[in-house]
Amino acid sequence: MEDRTRMQDESQALRAAELDAVSEALLAAHDHERTSHADAQKHHHHTHAPVSHHEHGHHLLQVEDLSVGFRMYEEDAPFFRARQRVVEVIHRLSISVHVGEIVAVVGASGSGKTLLADAILGLFEPNATACGRIWYDGELQDAASLAERRGNGISLVPQSVNHLDPLMKVGRQVEGFARADVPHAERARHRERLFARYGLSEDAADLYPHQLSGGMARRVLLCCALMDDPRLIIADEPTPGLDLDLAVRALGDFRDFADAGGGVLLITHDIELALRVADRVAVFKDGTVVEETAVANFASPDTLEHPFSRELWHALPEHDFAVPPASPCEGDGGAQSLGQS
Amino acid sequence: MLEACDITYAHPGAAPLYRGFSLSVAPDERVAISAPSGFGKTTLCRLLAGYERPQKGEVLVDGEPLPKRGVCPVQMIWQHPETAVDPRMRMANTLAEAGEVPDRLLDDLGIRRTWLSRYPHELSGGELQRFCIARALAVRPRYLVADEISTMLDAVTQAQIWRFLVAETERRGIGLVLVSHSPALAERVATRVVRLDAEEAAFPPSLS
Repeated sequence: MEDRTRMQDESQALRAAELDAVSEALLAAHDHERTSHADAQKHHHHTHAPVSHHEHGHHLLQVEDLSVGFRMYEEDAPFFRARQRVVEVIHRLSISVHVGEIVAVVGASGSGKTLLADAILGLFEPNATACGRIWYDGELQDAASLAERRGNGISLVPQSVNHLDPLMKVGRQVEGFARADVPHAERARHRERLFARYGLSEDAADLYPHQLSGGMARRVLLCCALMDDPRLIIADEPTPGLDLDLAVRALGDFRDFADAGGGVLLITHDIELALRVADRVAVFKDGTVVEETAVANFASPDTLEHPFSRELWHALPEHDFAVPPASPCEGDGGAQSLGQS
Repeated sequence: MLEACDITYAHPGAAPLYRGFSLSVAPDERVAISAPSGFGKTTLCRLLAGYERPQKGEVLVDGEPLPKRGVCPVQMIWQHPETAVDPRMRMANTLAEAGEVPDRLLDDLGIRRTWLSRYPHELSGGELQRFCIARALAVRPRYLVADEISTMLDAVTQAQIWRFLVAETERRGIGLVLVSHSPALAERVATRVVRLDAEEAAFPPSLS
């Protein structure tokens, strides 16, 4: 990613207007060393929540102008005449996570939110091209260093137990394989401590993934992530399939992690749950974050800036359950707007 | 009237989920089923739609038991649409399982014609769910059973799909049984809520 970043910076240097934006961003990053921000003060395209703070003067995670595209064949062309083209799925996305807070990324399902997680974890498909800048703990990252951070500062909590090996007992699986620097016995003890902390009995370690109930599975996946003592957790749709009570408890575990000095990027389409637990909400639409705002601003549509945020607010069952005017389900064939459902 | 009469059902080797449970749904009703995980909400849906037979009691549609062959008058829409379609079939063929699907239905559900030539893995969950709804409605069911059909959808799509389903079932006189983990959604959509873990509760329709 570093090479691409440099290339992008060079090409941007040709465009005077954008040069300003880049240097401003770099300057702003340095400014963080000196400034402290008041609550709800707007900077870096976002407003702060009461718990947001900059440890050592920088964000725990900062993503700026991230774009991810895929090289694909043209879909409509006849098979042998289809040409390759790059389809950009994420466009110039900016988002940041502070120490001690949960940032929820909410938006349409299937709109590329998971790609954001992949990019932060340094996972790129062979046909993907990514450019932009990602800082972790104040250091500019490239693809190689992001891959190094994976499981070593940044951990993923995946969507479901389908991410576990179905033929391996969960205790063994959470412990993982011994590393050169940590003996296996030490990891086993750490796993026991985590299981005790999250209310999983030692018997649970002897189960296979398909024997876990939904709530236990959720905790096992969290323990997997916590084994590596991360500072940042990326949680990708952690709640579907859980009933309300379990989902709230699962999110409570993330809250505890954040309160203990970590950061959580919670990727979800369930805005009701996101509003319960998150400190800030980033509204994701068509491959970019259109608004990054404190949860308190979701109390009323008037404090939301972007029209799509307001659409989401109005669509919630406890508010108006309203469908935006141009919606296809209302009848008149405006199906073009529906691609990202 | 869709009726479950005194049904008892137990998974093999497990304690019965319900003993002598009864439920009746009129064609002009939207009944929400509510219970915590593990109380057998999905199993009840499967029983009502004829995917399982109860060990005691029976499921009746207008006084008749569910037919053993042919199209079932109770159609179920599943929580995970990707498990309800053949992964090796293009969407046009999946739709064709229901016979002739009127274009109006596709338009109302916002199904784009370019999706018809795709395979299920090339569509998002919300897009697939629209196909599943179209397929269920195309066989002219008298009752629909919707098992957490919008948990994978964002708020706007959820509102779109439910508004469509409520309008369509009201227009065609289709009774609806729905399961949802969101009390707010159940209150919005349902005309009546049935709790599997407690006594029946009722409240008036609130969808304008």
